[in-house]
Amino acid sequence: MEPVTSMRVTVTVNGESHEREVAARRLLVHFLRDDLDLTGTHVGCDTGNCGACTVLVNGAAVKSCMLLAVQAHGASIETVESLAPANGGLHPLQQAFSDRHALQCGYCTPGMLMSAKHLLDHNPEPTENEIRRAIQGNICRCTGYVNIVEAIAAAAKGEVSA
Amino acid sequence: MTTTAPEQVEAPQKGFAGESIPRKEDRRLVQGQGVFFDDVKRHGMGYVHFVRSPYAHAGIVSIDVSAAEAVEGVYGTLIGEEVAALTDPFFEMSTPPGNEIRDYALAVGKVRFAGEPVAAVVAETRELARDAAELVEVEYEPLEPVVDAVAALEPGAPVLHEEAGTNVVWSGTFEWGDYDEALAEADRIVRIDRLYFHRFSSTPLECAGALVEYDRGTEQWTLHCNHQMPGIGIVWMAPALRVGTDKLRIVTQDIGGGFGNKITLHPYFVALCLLARKLHRPVQWTEWRTDQHTANTHGNERTFLDVEVPVRSDGTMLGFKVKAVDDAGAFPRYEPLGCIIWAQVTPGCYRWRHVRVDFTQACTNKSPTAPNRGYSRMQQLWFTERVIDVVASELGLDPVEVRKRNYIRADEMPYETPNGCVYDSGDYARCLDIALDLVGYDSLEERRRDAESRGKLLGLGIGSTLDSGTNNFGQSQLLNPELQFSGNNEVATVRLDIFGEIVVTLGTTPQGQSHETVASQVVADLLGVTPNDVHVRAGHDSYWNSHAGFSGTYASQFAVTGLEAVRGATLALADQIRRLAAIILGAGGPDDIVLEESMAKRRDMPEAALPFMACGAIINVNNAGLPPELDDVTLNCRYVYRPPFEVPDIERKFGNLTLTYATQIHACVVEVDPETGVYEIVDYAAVDDCGTRIHPQIVEGQVHGATAHALGAAMFETFPYDENGMLLASNFYDYHVPHALDMPPLKTGFIESPSPFSSLGTKGMGEGGGAGIHAVCAALQDALRPVGSPIVTESHNPYHRVWELIRDPAASRAGIEVSGA
Repeated sequence: MEPVTSMRVTVTVNGESHEREVAARRLLVHFLRDDLDLTGTHVGCDTGNCGACTVLVNGAAVKSCMLLAVQAHGASIETVESLAPANGGLHPLQQAFSDRHALQCGYCTPGMLMSAKHLLDHNPEPTENEIRRAIQGNICRCTGYVNIVEAIAAAAKGEVSA
Repeated sequence: MTTTAPEQVEAPQKGFAGESIPRKEDRRLVQGQGVFFDDVKRHGMGYVHFVRSPYAHAGIVSIDVSAAEAVEGVYGTLIGEEVAALTDPFFEMSTPPGNEIRDYALAVGKVRFAGEPVAAVVAETRELARDAAELVEVEYEPLEPVVDAVAALEPGAPVLHEEAGTNVVWSGTFEWGDYDEALAEADRIVRIDRLYFHRFSSTPLECAGALVEYDRGTEQWTLHCNHQMPGIGIVWMAPALRVGTDKLRIVTQDIGGGFGNKITLHPYFVALCLLARKLHRPVQWTEWRTDQHTANTHGNERTFLDVEVPVRSDGTMLGFKVKAVDDAGAFPRYEPLGCIIWAQVTPGCYRWRHVRVDFTQACTNKSPTAPNRGYSRMQQLWFTERVIDVVASELGLDPVEVRKRNYIRADEMPYETPNGCVYDSGDYARCLDIALDLVGYDSLEERRRDAESRGKLLGLGIGSTLDSGTNNFGQSQLLNPELQFSGNNEVATVRLDIFGEIVVTLGTTPQGQSHETVASQVVADLLGVTPNDVHVRAGHDSYWNSHAGFSGTYASQFAVTGLEAVRGATLALADQIRRLAAIILGAGGPDDIVLEESMAKRRDMPEAALPFMACGAIINVNNAGLPPELDDVTLNCRYVYRPPFEVPDIERKFGNLTLTYATQIHACVVEVDPETGVYEIVDYAAVDDCGTRIHPQIVEGQVHGATAHALGAAMFETFPYDENGMLLASNFYDYHVPHALDMPPLKTGFIESPSPFSSLGTKGMGEGGGAGIHAVCAALQDALRPVGSPIVTESHNPYHRVWELIRDPAASRAGIEVSGA
């Protein structure tokens, strides 16, 4: 019998259901970026260290380079593209990142935002140490994290510009 | 002094410049809507995977790609023999015999570092390309590697490049002032046998890569990529490909960090160009993280030998002598420029007048080096700071006092260094005072006692750094008088379009430096509009005709070169708008027109106003009957900024090598556990002076980021090789960069010493963070005084090295000697 090398995968991404035949070896991040054209999720390291590819899978923050697309079968996934409301505004975390200059090149930002969202979803009033702990799996090479930590704290407190 | 000041320095403008306005870039980036090269796709594109050498040094006996090419879905391959036939070696900048080195897009005949690409495979998916690459059979004949630059210069060392016959890339001496006289004048001479600055890299989070298309009809390549210095990139690539520069269109949009590490991508991009042409399809290559670490670019590793420092008993520094050995890795891809770029900051922040430097750069079987945030100056500045602290330690002087005694003073600015560089402005002592205040210097002794009571050793260290910006490329002629590079340039265009749109193009390639925002501030103030009215095109495209030979984003220059270009183009546009409005509104002349609120108004009758929308429409689509004196008015203005440089004096190796010098003074307080060597940064301050700040928040962000790089390099980040030339830190597991929990709280301060050499008073900045490495070294040396006063002789000090210093302080002091004159 020929080995099975692909699988029919159904996932809900940002509220929309997708069904695709996916190679068994395909990483979730490449499925999102290449098959669904959701290029907001980035690849920075290939080894699960940098967190640029962080998405929420059934509400849990997951590095999508560490998961096969087939493992996400049946799951509900949120990517950075889901954050901003449909009215053209920004999510408070996005606004706070802009207000506090918490991004420079912007490459780590989508993953950083998803880790921050996961934190605030579970801990709406985090301490600075809890914020740093929540993003320790996300590498930023531009900011030294100073303004990122401030931005997440500001978003938690609702201190964002209109 | 070869630099002339502009006739008049404008007072800081009242307007948007100086305000931390919201960044234009953010809206797309926080929504994941940026366009990075890896986001660009084309129908039928093939994915490229490079086959890389597992050996640091080996002959290539044979390469067999037939098994790979036979796989269904593989589009084709490329090997070194084809590259050697289809391209010429990259241009080498050194003098003979260093310029005999032959550097191609793929290894030809032999490999010289582990990770060097020997073949490329293209397939319909990235996974298939990677699998097929495994089927490429390469037979190697291993050779003995040399992994240390000092060893590479020894007789009998393995030679990397037989054509050159030596591992020396470049060698030369620099003699400024009268060093022998300084020796004669000295009360004491401090000798240090060896200081070592380690190898690391800024490792941008986005790896390198490109999507390359070849248009067979026009024989032109388009590269959607993240090259950060396209102007010079094309100069390397076009001759190698045997075409004119117009055949290479470089397009960038968002770039995920660069830090210099995306300047020498030309070998990879030439291979991609050959593949796109050979295979008749677009090809896409995204570097793997492991490949970036093993084979992209590393910062320069430098060993300082036989250091000699004549001083007076009071700590007045008279001069220094040093033999520097720089490690270029396997190929001099941006080198030997590092052999002169250090000289932009020869005396660091100090009044050293007598200098003798013997500088040699060697090839080793390691990844090639290239610019890395603070390129070549960081090594020199670390050296000067180490010397200050070692001398202070050995003479029993206070490092703060020694610095203040020797710092170049504010009232000496502009200051000409011993080799003719002109420090434009600054007040180092004042910056130091601010930094010391921020870390509570007054209560330092109290805190030492408190730490001691907890079994810890507390120490304070200072890092003084200059961020020299806007290169005079004429310095290359000090290395090789045959080179035809000098000066610098950057380009901007500013246009008023049909519906009144103000559209700006830049020649730069920002990677997080916020050029769209900062440019819009400058344009808005000059045209009397708001930054929201100014559309700055994202990224770089050589088709826009808004680039020049040195275009790019590197070497701390946008705030001068980029903004001067923007300002020049905007002033030209403003003049054209005034001339047009003067005629339409019947004013006496252009000087009778003011620009405000997006309108051109008569100064004497402000209600007579022509909206910019009308100006744009008249010139672009409603221009019948305009008088001939407006024939040259296009409302589409291009300006090329050229800094006022001369070619340096080649005989004396003397001249101004950079236009502006931003200052960074850092103060660091550490607590060391003497039992284990584990230490923590408990207080940290960075004080910046980059002249007039257009956007303070962006400046501070650069300070934060550069400091994080420095602290990472000081504590965690290193690229060690084993004796076989294998890199031991080829991913983010083994190469630990600071995470959020690793970073100490950072305090920042600033002063503004406007540059007299830029119209806006600005200075380039962003690379001054090397100060953190100096400060950590100094703080550790201070903290360890009670345990035998070890001397910190290396730039990288992980916990185990600190433990070694504590365990055997005498070993670190063995190479230190003080003698009377």
